[in-house]
Amino acid sequence: MIRFEPRSNPGPFLVYGVPVLAAAIAILLAAIPLALAGAPIIEAYGLMISGAFGSVFSTSEMLTRATPLILTGLAAAIAFRAKLWNIGAEGQLYMGAMAAVAVGAGVIDGPSWVMIPVVILAGMAAGALMLIGPTLLKTRLGVDEVVTTLLLNFIVLLFVQMMLEGALKDPMSMGWPQSEPIIDSAAFPALLERMRVHIGLIIALVSAVALAIFVKRTIWGFEIRAVGENAAAAKFSGISVTKTMILVAALSGGLAGLAGVSEVAGTRGYLATDLSPGYGYAGIVVAMLARLSPIGVIASALFVASVFVGADSMSRAIGVSSYLADLIVAMALLCVLIGGFLTRFKVHFDRKSAHG
Amino acid sequence: MEIIDILLAASFWEAAIRIATPLIFGVLGALICERAGVLNLGIEGIFTAGAMAGWMAVWLGAGLWGGVLVAALAGAFFGLIHAILTVPLGLSQHVSGIGVTLLATSLSYFTYRTALPDVSSPPRIEPFRPLDIPFLSDLPFIGQALFSQTAMTMLALVLVFVTGWVLYRTPLGLAIRAVGDNPSSVEAQGLSVYGLRIGAVVVGSSLMALGGAFLTMSAFDAFFFGMINGRGWVCIALTVFASWRPGKALIGALLFGAFDAFQVRLQTEVGAFLPSQVFLMMPYILSIIALIVVARKAEYPKALLVPWFKGQR
Repeated sequence: MIRFEPRSNPGPFLVYGVPVLAAAIAILLAAIPLALAGAPIIEAYGLMISGAFGSVFSTSEMLTRATPLILTGLAAAIAFRAKLWNIGAEGQLYMGAMAAVAVGAGVIDGPSWVMIPVVILAGMAAGALMLIGPTLLKTRLGVDEVVTTLLLNFIVLLFVQMMLEGALKDPMSMGWPQSEPIIDSAAFPALLERMRVHIGLIIALVSAVALAIFVKRTIWGFEIRAVGENAAAAKFSGISVTKTMILVAALSGGLAGLAGVSEVAGTRGYLATDLSPGYGYAGIVVAMLARLSPIGVIASALFVASVFVGADSMSRAIGVSSYLADLIVAMALLCVLIGGFLTRFKVHFDRKSAHG
Repeated sequence: MEIIDILLAASFWEAAIRIATPLIFGVLGALICERAGVLNLGIEGIFTAGAMAGWMAVWLGAGLWGGVLVAALAGAFFGLIHAILTVPLGLSQHVSGIGVTLLATSLSYFTYRTALPDVSSPPRIEPFRPLDIPFLSDLPFIGQALFSQTAMTMLALVLVFVTGWVLYRTPLGLAIRAVGDNPSSVEAQGLSVYGLRIGAVVVGSSLMALGGAFLTMSAFDAFFFGMINGRGWVCIALTVFASWRPGKALIGALLFGAFDAFQVRLQTEVGAFLPSQVFLMMPYILSIIALIVVARKAEYPKALLVPWFKGQR
């Protein structure tokens, strides 16, 4: 007979060690699909590590991947803290990217210190609005936000496609559905010469620290945590649940929108429908691996980015499908869920079931 | 006038029922899970797994019904993962469901790519043929609209009645509905809450997988990346729209199929004035509207999303 007993106070090993262990187990489990695909396992792991950390270039690529993941991870973390199930970061990212292109591709011009904040604000506002809508439907009419945010991902992607064939189409693109490039004054400068990593990374890191301080040290942060832990009790103590939810929606959608801005203005330079390989969904994994801690999001985004970049380069080298990376990331999510359970409960194996 | 012509054509209803079929499987699966108190957001990935596994089995030489069985087993496997995480362990149904979707999708894609590393055009199988039932298939209108569908569509329709009968006419169905409303009362009857919930999620998930299998083995004859394209999420919305009732699920799926078939035909009429994406958005917008319409009076199973632990009062 197996019994679960709640732990009153999980120690630091459980709190910090379990996510690391979950990530490690997910990496080790990847040996099974690798073996089934007939790949040399040890060599594959070696290639994965060198693919993510082997050179300045590969590390720069890894950090470039981590940038949007930090931001979508923060978006999921703050929303899940308040039990606002925002599964729509992918759509919010694209809306943010589209808003950035709408103002940053030549319609207006100015010095960089004006243009960069302008594209950031436009993208964050678009992402925020994208989530405030479903949140109002939830608080006013009781419409489940999980399904609406999920479905909006598909609607937004089609909308982006439509705009790229219409109003936002680059006349110089030879028929490819892509936007005009972001102008130089609005583009995020690179951090290293001839490398892709750009100031989006700094913005993401600052966002993580700012969000951590906001959640821990401000009254709004306290209200968000209170609503997430027990909405009824929070309401009883005079917190407006609706207002708190809208604040969370603005923050979460805004951060996802910022990820989109960073991708168009920093990494890609223009908008296309393949801008994000699922950064919105991967953000959920990042947030869960971080146990919804904003600082933890930095570490888990670096992990997920290493898996993506490492597995991509490995799969190119030995011809294994690069979906292996997605598989590892999905397994990491399920492992950390189980790990979270073991943090909260002690498991007893009793010989007899005759326990009180 | 043209609109009336569209609605009266047997080919229109044939298309509507064909579009509705995977949704019928999906909504039935989702409502069985939710009636037992478990939201299954693994549905999108389970659709993908069913589509890939069923197709792959046939491509490797199994019979079509063998492929259907393989798809159902794949669905049951991922359902079992979701059930273990959410029922005895009581973990977040939202996060576990998303995790199962990511796992099932990436595993399906990885398997497909590993088995077929460098195909440019997806290989085809011989899919289910339209039925040719003596007399019935020759009836005017309904013969083409209903009795010339494939055997999988018939299976979906039969399952609507089977699910309704089990849920409302058998002690098992009573227990499943009770476990989603008031699990402690079920335990007081000496029944296993865990067993009922896990069983419901496993069975519901295998039905979801059949929805995916219909796409690769009946509607089309090949597997494509991204072919599920949100159909699973649409089913979650339709489940609320159907108030968790199999009969209403059938009506909801048919309405949805009719709208979708209608917009495709409308597109050929007025397509010149509107971008094609506007029409492609319609199914998702419709699903959101359907949710908004019923949200106020939706009566969710009372214990949906609420974990229950043994020995809890």
